[in-house]
Amino acid sequence: MRTDAVILGTAFGYLALLFVVAAWGDRRAEQGRSLIGSPTVYALSIAVYCTAWTFYGSVGRAADHGPSFLLIYLGPTLAMLLAPVVIRKMVRIASRQRITSIADFISARYGKSTSLGALVALMALICITPYIALQLKAITVSHAVLVNYPNTADATLVDERFWLDKSLWVALVLAVFIILFGTRHLDASERHEGMVAAIALESLVKLIAFMAVGIFVVFVLYEGPSALFASVATMPEIAEKMGLESVPGGATGWAGMLILAFLAFLTLPRQFQVLVVENVDEQHLARASWLFPLYMLLINLFVIPIAFAGLLLGAGAGDSDSFVLTLPLSAGLEGLPLLVFIGGLSAATGMVIVETIALSTMVSNQLIMPLLLRTQRLHLSTSGELAGWLLGIRRIAIVLILLLGYLYHALIGDSYSLVTIGLVSFAGVAQFAPALLIGLYWRGATRQGATAGLIAGFLVWCYTLLLPGFAQSGWLDATFLTQGPWGISWLMPYRLFGLEDWDIYSHALLWSMLANVGLLIGVSLFSRPTPLEQTQAALFTGALHPNLQTTSLWRGQTTQGALKELLIRYLGNQVTHRVFNQSINKSDYRSDEPATADLITRSEQALAGSLGSASARVLINSVVRGEALDLESILSILDTTSQTLEYNRRLEQKSQELVAVSDELRSANEQLRELDRLKDEFVAMVSHELRTPLTSIRAFAEILRDSDQLPDEKRQHFLGVIVHESQRLSRLIEEILDLARLESGRLTLHPVTLDLAALARQSIDAVARLHEDRGITLDISLAADPAMVVGDQDRLEQVIINLLDNASKFADRQQPQVRLALYRHRNHFRLSVEDNGPGISADERERVFEKFHQIQQSGETPRGRPKGSGLGLPISRGIIAHIGGRLWVEDAKTLGGACLTLELPAAPKESTLSNSSQLTGE
Amino acid sequence: MKHPGSRQIERLIALFALATLLFSPPLIIMVDRLTSLSMSWLPLYLFIAWGAVIGLTAWLMEQRSGR
Repeated sequence: MRTDAVILGTAFGYLALLFVVAAWGDRRAEQGRSLIGSPTVYALSIAVYCTAWTFYGSVGRAADHGPSFLLIYLGPTLAMLLAPVVIRKMVRIASRQRITSIADFISARYGKSTSLGALVALMALICITPYIALQLKAITVSHAVLVNYPNTADATLVDERFWLDKSLWVALVLAVFIILFGTRHLDASERHEGMVAAIALESLVKLIAFMAVGIFVVFVLYEGPSALFASVATMPEIAEKMGLESVPGGATGWAGMLILAFLAFLTLPRQFQVLVVENVDEQHLARASWLFPLYMLLINLFVIPIAFAGLLLGAGAGDSDSFVLTLPLSAGLEGLPLLVFIGGLSAATGMVIVETIALSTMVSNQLIMPLLLRTQRLHLSTSGELAGWLLGIRRIAIVLILLLGYLYHALIGDSYSLVTIGLVSFAGVAQFAPALLIGLYWRGATRQGATAGLIAGFLVWCYTLLLPGFAQSGWLDATFLTQGPWGISWLMPYRLFGLEDWDIYSHALLWSMLANVGLLIGVSLFSRPTPLEQTQAALFTGALHPNLQTTSLWRGQTTQGALKELLIRYLGNQVTHRVFNQSINKSDYRSDEPATADLITRSEQALAGSLGSASARVLINSVVRGEALDLESILSILDTTSQTLEYNRRLEQKSQELVAVSDELRSANEQLRELDRLKDEFVAMVSHELRTPLTSIRAFAEILRDSDQLPDEKRQHFLGVIVHESQRLSRLIEEILDLARLESGRLTLHPVTLDLAALARQSIDAVARLHEDRGITLDISLAADPAMVVGDQDRLEQVIINLLDNASKFADRQQPQVRLALYRHRNHFRLSVEDNGPGISADERERVFEKFHQIQQSGETPRGRPKGSGLGLPISRGIIAHIGGRLWVEDAKTLGGACLTLELPAAPKESTLSNSSQLTGE
Repeated sequence: MKHPGSRQIERLIALFALATLLFSPPLIIMVDRLTSLSMSWLPLYLFIAWGAVIGLTAWLMEQRSGR
């Protein structure tokens, strides 16, 4: 069954299936029912990362170098963890600027530089061609193993003629496939839906094939993993392979390889193609960030068992790179080896397809197109459309790249094992990482810096990896490796500057990255970017800024006619109509009208998608006058967020302050209102109080005037009333004046040392008559006698009389009782006046000292008669406070009513205070 | 939620740091020295750590898109 015809039939049948799937995918895309619009398909297409190198080479590397093969997949796992951060940014930029490849991306970042784009494209071509050769070699070798087993494959390969080499034919079939499905659109930034669908299918096939071998080896060849590992345990020299000491370079080599795989995953042209250019929806990154690592874990799950099984089999298994094939073959199976071969074919062709598309786009857009534009601009103005040319260039590039890969494989491919070529390529493309990643986050990176870094990194890579490879192939003198060029030992390519004991890849990565990053940063710091570079740097670093999306950034001027002519010449009528229809209404088109900013932007994007951003730039500049992009406006958009946040923060602070202030104002306003109300009441009360005596004075005076016949007795009585009422009037006015003086602080006091007890007696005498009239029982208790204090004699007497008067007014109606007590309290004397009236509730106690308060209270008393102006207590408290004492209300301990207590400090002994010293207001 | 929030990004970066730590030499050397059998534990450890990282990422990302 294992005849050449069957094998070839299966292989080419499988390729035909790919054509069908791709054609179906493209048709579905045309119908608007995309096959690839799912995160799972996206994740599977990223699995193009797993090439024939994974499929055959992982087992080989595991057999030779232990667990180091896993690093090639752990690095991308780390990179995919950052996908929603880093790759999302790249996807956003690429879709907005219609980026077509990694060379285009780097060129666009550094001011749409033609030279930088060409440099990257050239480097990619040099790094990747061997990698394509590696895939073709894998197909040839696996085919040879399959046909010749149990003979070794090498013997037959040497003699074969090139037209009998199957990989040549595979390469040609692939060329047809890529031309059909990779160059359908002129716009390379558009998705290749059919191709991506085919790649996703290939990823599934290689996973299934590899896992089938794994399951066969573990569960059929051996009875489960424990049986396999038990046999391994009996052979220590195999068992020891999986330790860290089998890893080249040990811990350093481990870290170096991890970083290398991380960087290469982001910078490999095919990975950039599937990750960024072919991304349909940013949201797919979320699923892919774990699904793709899971895919890698699964495809690596059986690598170690297969390697062990192959090593246990010994010589019969042949080369470790072919264990995957030789193990099922050695068991005499027929179908499984064929499946494995198809799996390997999937892995190889998938990589070749995507890589070739990416490279051909770079070659046409970054290398050929700028040359054509530079040399043939005059001719093109008469030559009509360029669209056909461009596709032609790409198709030729595809065939040439594949042939180059085949030639490399046919001529020097034998000098390296599979993994070696792959790792050399990895280290080569990793040189793009500084320009790419630093440029993505550091606005200050310049074109000169990136160019210097790339060239330096690339040269170091050539010296430390590529040339030694040639030396090993015998193309160069081997002493170059062992003694250094011209015998200079510190220039030995694998031990540069005496750095020994590192594995060659970590060693090359260290020196190349030092040169690359160092020059990128160093030169950037000392070079001046052009305005366009600054603009692009701002657009790239601020790509995820929400405001950037919706803004049209063109500021140049041109006419619609000039733009249309340009687009038709380069992109053809169809594309031109589409661009114009998206931007303006058909009826608005006037060839001499100025083109809108939106139209210019769309035109440049359309050109960029087909020709690359550098060439698009050159073409647009040929018709647009004035500075095309406004750096200031971009920067202002990017800075808006931070400014807005700061502004909002300040606004918030201010509004909080305002709330606090308005609260204060509100409470102050309420106090004022209350005061105003009290004042009104006071005025009314004062008027009333003044009117009452005035009315009676006037009435009696009129009687006296009008009645001559009045008996003397009556006349005397009337005159007495008039005098009494006048006194009341003056007292009231005196009180109001006192209050005014107290409030304004102009009350003059004459403090002397005096005996409070004597003063109390004197006051009692003054009110004795009044109390007698009211029938009040006065109880006096002078516990401190004498009680020397400092105060104004008259004012203090006024206060005490006021307190006694108040008490007598509020005492019980039937059996009024008042009690005056004077006693010492620590360093003070206290004089309290109690009554047996209703008392004052706790919350009213402070309010009785408010001016006018008493007025209100007095109106409400059931007795219905005014008890005074209500100014007595406020005035009393004011006086006491001026003297340095206190006056307050408390419950009467003896009589049960209210108790007003005044407290004055005891006078210092031998007081020398004279009458002349004055105490004025506080 | 259309874009991953800043908290989500912080979590991812923390997970990235954890994964880097798990796959890097200091831990690798420690694991490699744990030899009870004739075989190194290193491959087994790597697969388990790898699977755990994938599981955590899946949990983190799917939780977000499910919301």
